[in-house]
Amino acid sequence: MSRILEVRDLVTKFYTLDGTVNAVNGVSFDLDQGETLAIVGESGSGKSVTMMSILGLIPTPPGKVEGGEARFSSKKGTHDLLQMSAQDLRDVRGGQIGFVFQDPISTLNPILTIGEQISETLTRHMGLSKGQARARTIQLLTSVGIPDPELRFKAYPFQFSGGMRQRVVIAIAIACAPQIVIADEPTTALDVTIQAQIVDLFKRLRQDLEVAIIWITHDLGVVAGIADRVLVMYGGRPAEISPVTDLYENPQHPYTLGLLGALPRLDTRESRRLTSIRGTPPDLLIPLQHCPFAWRCDYAFDHCWEAIPPLLTVGEGHQVACFYDLKEGGPRDV
Amino acid sequence: MQRYFLSKVGQSILLLLGVLVLVFFLLRLTGDPASLMMSREATPEQIAAFREAMGFNRPLIVQFWDFATKAIVGDFGDSLHYRTPALPLVLERLPATVQLAGTALLIAVIIGIPIGLVGGFNPGSLIDSVGRLVALLGQSIPNFWLALILILVFAVGLGWLPSFGRDAPTSVILPAFVLGLPTLGQLVRLTRSAVLEIRGEDFIRTAHSKGLQPRVIYAKHVLRNVAIPLISVIGIQFGYMLGGSIIIESIFAWPGIGQLLEQAIGWRDFPLVLAIAVFTSLAVLFINLLTDAAYAVVDPRIRYGH
Amino acid sequence: MATREMIPRADSMLDVERTLRDRLAYVGRLLWRDRSGVIGVLMFLTVVFAAVFAPLIAPYDPLEQNLRDAKMPPAWYAEGSWEHILGTDNLGRDLLSRVIYGARVSLTVGFFGVLIASTLGLVFGAVAGYLGGRVDAVIMSVVNLILSLPYLLVVVVIAAVLGRSLLNVILIFGITDTPIFARVTRGEVLRIRQSGYVESAISAGAGTVRIIFDHIVPNLIGPLITLATFEMSAMIFYEAGLGFLGLSVPPSVPSWGNMLAAGRKYLTSYPWLSTWPGLAIMWTSLSMNLLGDWLRDVLDPRLRRARK
Repeated sequence: MSRILEVRDLVTKFYTLDGTVNAVNGVSFDLDQGETLAIVGESGSGKSVTMMSILGLIPTPPGKVEGGEARFSSKKGTHDLLQMSAQDLRDVRGGQIGFVFQDPISTLNPILTIGEQISETLTRHMGLSKGQARARTIQLLTSVGIPDPELRFKAYPFQFSGGMRQRVVIAIAIACAPQIVIADEPTTALDVTIQAQIVDLFKRLRQDLEVAIIWITHDLGVVAGIADRVLVMYGGRPAEISPVTDLYENPQHPYTLGLLGALPRLDTRESRRLTSIRGTPPDLLIPLQHCPFAWRCDYAFDHCWEAIPPLLTVGEGHQVACFYDLKEGGPRDV
Repeated sequence: MQRYFLSKVGQSILLLLGVLVLVFFLLRLTGDPASLMMSREATPEQIAAFREAMGFNRPLIVQFWDFATKAIVGDFGDSLHYRTPALPLVLERLPATVQLAGTALLIAVIIGIPIGLVGGFNPGSLIDSVGRLVALLGQSIPNFWLALILILVFAVGLGWLPSFGRDAPTSVILPAFVLGLPTLGQLVRLTRSAVLEIRGEDFIRTAHSKGLQPRVIYAKHVLRNVAIPLISVIGIQFGYMLGGSIIIESIFAWPGIGQLLEQAIGWRDFPLVLAIAVFTSLAVLFINLLTDAAYAVVDPRIRYGH
Repeated sequence: MATREMIPRADSMLDVERTLRDRLAYVGRLLWRDRSGVIGVLMFLTVVFAAVFAPLIAPYDPLEQNLRDAKMPPAWYAEGSWEHILGTDNLGRDLLSRVIYGARVSLTVGFFGVLIASTLGLVFGAVAGYLGGRVDAVIMSVVNLILSLPYLLVVVVIAAVLGRSLLNVILIFGITDTPIFARVTRGEVLRIRQSGYVESAISAGAGTVRIIFDHIVPNLIGPLITLATFEMSAMIFYEAGLGFLGLSVPPSVPSWGNMLAAGRKYLTSYPWLSTWPGLAIMWTSLSMNLLGDWLRDVLDPRLRRARK
């Protein structure tokens, strides 16, 4: 499997009236063709901003990518997305990298038909005529599971239910057969039963199109069902990167442990209390010289306050940014 | 769509009825419409005779029925001053007022909306700040006062533009500008805030994520949504200009319906006043209906009754 | 491993020394950020001051005629004098004094007009919004009827019928402006009703009165105060318009509209009679628009969070 995305040391800041928000502080990860990477974190962890920064979707008056590179490999060769011209980046967006956002009612233009909103991507990136685009759109609607696609072509977003709207958004994302689909909290705004349907839809499309998926969420429950690897973020930094089963069986970061403890599970025998992580998310206005999780961590010791923990390899494809060794029960020997 | 339209027409008919009721009772607010209409020197006998002749002694219901049925066919009685039917006098003046209000609206739209657009797409820029200042002043300056100042400057001082009447092709410029200025200010602010609000919407982020060209995003996604609130405002303002032109027409001696109203009030010619009030209200209701129709064309959510 | 007892470093958000200078700077930043609102308030206060203290600060009795000194230009002209800084009108009355006293008429009309309109509008709108159904339909048809007509037309025709007096003007504005308050109130009441506050309050056992005062009224205050400010500005404007047409207060009473009406006759020969009241109206209008904009930003609970 070839590597299609390599992100190294991404740094993004927002310069606001209240101060500088350090949203992303040195994130690195890889993505292989066809694999599904989940980026997990709470609000403010930087998970969305990371992907938005890479594709030039953050508002640039307050926001700015201050460093790092994001090498994307497509049929056109390998280029650093952060160095691309605006026009080239626009070709990538929608054409080679598709997006699915969280809330389908606000994500779709209320006064354009959904057929129009899908077709415009096709005309833009694949040079199709209106008639060709319409035909292809109807095919897409069928493939995402929308019945009566010819009729629905002329329908407006408000005439659909939440789950159907999200299918439309997914159709837009995969319309031009992209290599990567970035899904930012795609099921958070939906009912639980619909969530499951949408996850199934993603799995089916993944198989049919061999597309890589970056699935951004705060919900570790959904991740187990769809991800190959997981990147856990905290305070704008990576906390842990791991293949999915290893993460659940062998979590190495105290934050991950906390997240897993807060998950309700049907498979435990005895009754178990849900644990929550004490404290609140870090204030990103303050640039930190130590581990961002130290305040809330049950295992933090003096070194945690002195330096920022780098990503250390602890297993096959498994890295963690923590000075404490959960398995051994003491500071890690580095 | 038909249901929406039919319900709007139905509402308008009810509104028209409401206008007739209001106007009818307005005349009788002071108790005795006859003494209202006669001059102050009239003797009680003259007033009584007048009252009898105008039928004010009949039961109210009868009077209202008479009034309403006649009003619907356009019969408002004779003007007391001119002694000819009232409505044709109003209609005669209509083109002048339409020209004035239409030009005023044109000025407001052609100047106001572009400035608002620039402000919305470049907030904080020089044009934006200047535009907003002009808008604020435009809405704060009493337009009758501005009219006097502009007459002093442009007509009397510089002699570029005529200050009264409708004779020259340039006559309409000053009065239309003054009449349209508050609307201009409102359009600048409304357009600007609509653009800013729409630009921050999630579906614009989606449009960017599709890699669409900026031109397409602005024209197709932003502007079409901005048009929605603008249509409402433009329609309403046009109605206000038609009905509220009395002061401007008075200052500029513009021979329209507003000037006629002022004269009629001075003559205490209430049949004429009523004719003007009802006719103008009708015209405004009609414009509101057209605005509702335009609104439904642009916003599909309205069409489908969402 | 005792980290809980460790003192957070300087990069923690907890203890920052706030000196007096810091506090003043903070207040200064707030005022600068809202400087247009502050300017509006100050401007408005000058008008209020003029109206309230008119007898004390006006140099002359506004009704005092002095035909010998009629139509004097302002003091900086050769024919003017510092006795009458802004000049005199066609009957020799001091313009500065008349402008100052004119503030009384304008503010009285504006204040009481808005008081009547907001009270009636609040009642009708709240009843319509809370009860719904037929009551709502009836009230809103009347509201929509009045709102769909051009305001100036309505006001002029009613004033023509009723005659010139301060009370008539106040009543006219108060009643014709009620619909807009009613509509806004109803909108807010509906929004609150649908937002679930009321449902949860009812299920928690709160009585109707309690619901009204704890939930509905606080949400109404913001939009209504903002609306009141704009409507008062409009009323001052329309009073001047009525005065200009000779339909407002009786001609001897010093009102800005009356002054404009008188000045019209002498526009080319003596423009000062029109200039000062016009400027006064503009000053007041501008101040209230700035004030209203600022109030709207400050009182909107949704925007309040964003302002931080």
